[in-house]
Amino acid sequence: MSSTIPLAVEFTGGLELLFSNQRKHQISVPSSDSKGAPSNVGYLVKWLCENLIKDPRKEMFVLDHSVRPGILVLINDADWELEGEDKYELQANDEIVFVSTLHGG
Amino acid sequence: MDSINGADAQVQRLRQHITATESQLRILKLQLQQAEQAAEAAEAARHLNGAYQGGLPADWRDEIFGVLHHDTPGSLAQDFGHNGEFGDAQIFARPTTEDVRQQRWPLASEEYKRYGRQMIMPEIGLHGQLRLKNAKVLIVGVGGLGCPAAAYLAGAGVGTLGLMDGDTVEVSNLHRQVAHSTARVGRLKVDSAVEYLRALNDSVNYRAHPSHLSPEKAIPIFEQYDLVLDCTDHPTSRYLISDACVLTGKPLVSASALKTEGQLIVLNSPPRLPGDVNGGPCYRCVFPKPPPAESVLSCGEGGILGPVVGVMGVLQALEAIKLLTAKPVPTGPGWSMDFTATKPSPPAEPTRPTMLMFSAYSTPQFRSVRLRSRRADCAVCSAQASITRQSLTSGSLDYVAFCGVTTPLNTLTPAARITATGFSRLPTDGSNILIDVRDETQYAICALRGSVNVPWTGNADTWLDQAIMSGGVAEHGDDGRDRYVVCRLGNDSQLAVKAAMDRIGDGRVKEIKGGFRAWREEVDPSWPDY
Repeated sequence: MSSTIPLAVEFTGGLELLFSNQRKHQISVPSSDSKGAPSNVGYLVKWLCENLIKDPRKEMFVLDHSVRPGILVLINDADWELEGEDKYELQANDEIVFVSTLHGG
Repeated sequence: MDSINGADAQVQRLRQHITATESQLRILKLQLQQAEQAAEAAEAARHLNGAYQGGLPADWRDEIFGVLHHDTPGSLAQDFGHNGEFGDAQIFARPTTEDVRQQRWPLASEEYKRYGRQMIMPEIGLHGQLRLKNAKVLIVGVGGLGCPAAAYLAGAGVGTLGLMDGDTVEVSNLHRQVAHSTARVGRLKVDSAVEYLRALNDSVNYRAHPSHLSPEKAIPIFEQYDLVLDCTDHPTSRYLISDACVLTGKPLVSASALKTEGQLIVLNSPPRLPGDVNGGPCYRCVFPKPPPAESVLSCGEGGILGPVVGVMGVLQALEAIKLLTAKPVPTGPGWSMDFTATKPSPPAEPTRPTMLMFSAYSTPQFRSVRLRSRRADCAVCSAQASITRQSLTSGSLDYVAFCGVTTPLNTLTPAARITATGFSRLPTDGSNILIDVRDETQYAICALRGSVNVPWTGNADTWLDQAIMSGGVAEHGDDGRDRYVVCRLGNDSQLAVKAAMDRIGDGRVKEIKGGFRAWREEVDPSWPDY
């Protein structure tokens, strides 16, 4: 059993500015959290805040321990609400996209 | 006596006879009227039937006949059996060739020519064209999205096109708002767009709503239309438009764009009563909470590439055409939701709400993602909805407060600020340093000679590190020189000055009030106004 899970993470809608202005990231996260439970998307969000975010304005990504309002989380091209939200357990090579909603027109 | 009695009886009989005959005459007149109406309808139907030479499926005939009876703009409805409002005598008295042709065919000859290229596709066909002609579409926002959307819908022959916007045309709109023109700068956007659209297709009925949308106005205006396009540029209007669409039972095609990206969602489709899980999700189902106000960037702040917003507006027109030309669901009349219905509507074909994302510089550029269905606790479209028609029209909902506002910054004491004029009078002998906190791209457009570019990073510590590294700020506080900080409009410069003062306690850091906008207005009129 591998101890990490390879994932493709992408940030769009301006969120990439918080992550070194880079949209796509290939990352590996531990396959279980500190309590030994399988890593889920909630854990991934925390992991991104601790390891990948470069901008100090973390509140532009996370508010009240969850992804801030106005950010859509997509798990393999589906709204995470269809997949169990932050409880969704990460699978190898999952593609997780964080989209900030746009408002211009 | 007998003869007198006999004459009385005769009078009595005659009176009864007259009464009975008059009653019969009334009935006969009524029957005649009904027969005439039936004959008139049959005559109209015969023309239509003749037009198709009897080869049209019966279910189409009913629908097309329904369309023809509608009060649509243009000549068709009036010429073609319009409830006797235009008597046959008027039409048939002096029939011209054109009259005869218009009675034989459901569209005018000009319309076959104009719309032929889309009508010959099975997706549209004659019935699709008639549905477009019968449709009323409201476009809220006549900017980068609304202009191309309106152009394609007018071009396609949508019967009634409503345009709503309270803004006037500015020069900085013209690179993307294709319905406006240099000559119409300063005019109301709705008027400018109608002028453009009339030149494109004069047979459309255009309705201008020259104001911004308010909660009080939304419902009575939306009720006049079949479908709404959200082409606005702020979360406030996006929530309001979605709420009003749910409450009036209108499908909503919503799009947005910023910089090089765009997003498109079809909401409340199919439109169903609040609480009906078979209805499409609304904006609140997808985004129950608005984003923090400071995370919302406008096109003026973030920038926008013309074709990016254009692509999204064109896609809105496309989705609108797809919705309008689809065969109406059998339940309820046409589009609108039947608010009198007590039974829940039967499930139509399963709806698959999606969001289309466009990113000009990514590969692939387009990506479609699955969205959730209606939210069981949605504030407007669920069974537990708290937002109602009444709460909207009474004006008790404050969308601005709901979405939050960013107030103009004013964080510095007067001692830490200088006017642009004041700065222009300072000696240029190296005794002071100008720090320009705009990003590199803007700095490259125009900058003052000798200034140091330290882009504001959004964070005091990281910015100060950059400022010290680039020599803009001395590492150990006072080095005997004054620092002046400038940006585009005078917001970021305040934050940067505050960061510098907090760290190095420097009373010698000042901000140029109003940034380069003030510089242009007070000192250098030739400074680029981008």
